[in-house]
Amino acid sequence: MSTRRVVAVSAGLSQPSSTRLLADRLAATTTAALTRGRHPAAGPSATGPDVEVEVVELRRHAHEIVDAMLTGFAPAPLRTVLDAVGGADGLIAVTPVFSASYSGLFKSFFDVLDRDALTGTPVLLGATGGSARHSLVLEHALRPLFAHLRALVVPTAVFAAPEDWAGGEGALAERIERAGAELAAQVALHEPAAAPDPFALTTSFEQLLARD
Amino acid sequence: MQFGVFTVGDVTPDPTTGRVPTEAERIKAMVTIAQKAEEVGLDVFATGEHHNEPFVPSSPTTLLGFVAARTSRLVLSTATTLITTNDPVRIAEEYAMLQHLADGRVDLTLGRGNTAPVYPWFGQDIRQGINLAVENYALLHRLWREHVVDWQGRFRTPLQGFTSTPRPLDGVPPFVWHGSIRSPEIAEQAAYYGDGFFANHIFWPAEHTQRMVGLYRQRFEHYGHGSADQAVVGLGGQVFVRANSQDAVREFRPYFDNAPVYGHGPSLEEFSAQTPLTVGSPQQVIERTLGFREYIGDYQRQLFLIDHAGLPLKTVLEQLDILGEQVVPVLRREFDALRPAHVPDAPTHASLRAARDAATATTEAATTAAGAGATP
Repeated sequence: MSTRRVVAVSAGLSQPSSTRLLADRLAATTTAALTRGRHPAAGPSATGPDVEVEVVELRRHAHEIVDAMLTGFAPAPLRTVLDAVGGADGLIAVTPVFSASYSGLFKSFFDVLDRDALTGTPVLLGATGGSARHSLVLEHALRPLFAHLRALVVPTAVFAAPEDWAGGEGALAERIERAGAELAAQVALHEPAAAPDPFALTTSFEQLLARD
Repeated sequence: MQFGVFTVGDVTPDPTTGRVPTEAERIKAMVTIAQKAEEVGLDVFATGEHHNEPFVPSSPTTLLGFVAARTSRLVLSTATTLITTNDPVRIAEEYAMLQHLADGRVDLTLGRGNTAPVYPWFGQDIRQGINLAVENYALLHRLWREHVVDWQGRFRTPLQGFTSTPRPLDGVPPFVWHGSIRSPEIAEQAAYYGDGFFANHIFWPAEHTQRMVGLYRQRFEHYGHGSADQAVVGLGGQVFVRANSQDAVREFRPYFDNAPVYGHGPSLEEFSAQTPLTVGSPQQVIERTLGFREYIGDYQRQLFLIDHAGLPLKTVLEQLDILGEQVVPVLRREFDALRPAHVPDAPTHASLRAARDAATATTEAATTAAGAGATP
């Protein structure tokens, strides 16, 4: 089975960052579920595909994201990240909650991403915050954003508040496990993705003329 | 190879003094720049077309007609003429008129324009941008080549028995370039008609231009106009030159940092690495510009942007002196030496008329020969 590429985007700013930690945990369970083949399409005994995981910290590209907004093109290091996201078989997107929503840096990254880059891409959403009272940010802010991007968002989105890192009932680990399995199932169901090429000619001139 | 300047016609405060030129000053400065371009030995002056502040050139043929009267050798062009929101009938008429007044020293570059409200202001829809460019140019192309045109399309009122006047000078339509930054459909359009393709090339990474020109060349050959390396390519470029590169950087930096389009974003050094912007000595500009052909191939026209971002007229004229004396003569010599014989020069009115006459003579000779053979 061909290699599947999973990209995890973390908008955490502090170092170390609990947002990055959540992104890593989600990537790990997704990878484990994919390689074990524990998804309905593969059956219990099948072996899964090789998985390549890339974790991107937006902090490292913060200046480039602003430059891309101002100039209209992405500097080379950011271009590489945008291409990786556009060509991913599955995306994990995790943001800290700032002022009751995703962070500005998180939104700005998806603002400079090419149109159609995430169309049909399975996406797992995550967020971290100082209080569990913000957990619905996943549903009222992130989910509509990715619906707009025509991504295929899996049902379970994972919010981690400070107390979640202590474990216990309804534990974070179980939600991470469930969410990772859902993303793995979607990734396994879809053909490997190819990044869209904005310079590719998709119509002949005769067709363009005939449109009139 | 042709060298020249293209202007956006922006009225921008000089960031070093805060001074804003009046519209009258800016318009007259554009004329002075065009005259100076001819004086220092450049070949082309091209103006943008805009219908919003802070830009002044809303009426390119008025400006170019005035410049035509004050110059004798300069080719007058546009960068770009809005094929989406102008009536193609008016483009046909205005540029044919200009062609007569300028004794054929006219070509034009068509573009879609990127200012969203301009479309509704002129009764169009930006989402139809590509379709407007395709349909309007198909009509323009016919108006310059067919004496009487019957026509019906989606975007303008139909024509029955219409003749665009004046007819193109000597029956030879102005040469057309199609400009686009990243729409493959426009490279395809240029290739389909065997027209030129002009890549703005400034403000964007070189890879964009490389992809677009590569597509245009490939499709030019596909449509049977010649080999890919015979396709007609023009490039933009953005330079600021002083004898010493440190002086160039020091003087240009405040204009860069506050420029419309890219100001307050990447540093001058980052932007110079990411795009063809070259700020430095004449030798640096020569080397960078010669490097363009390594990813574009041999090309026909190089236009420089030198008068934007609030640069004062005096500085712009000094730039033209340096380009004319120290940069362009070297580039002309080097490019000409590198270009293979089968790659053509940029078309001019004279070369297009000669090609047309040669084609007509061939057809007539064939007809005569066939007629003679048929005689009993």
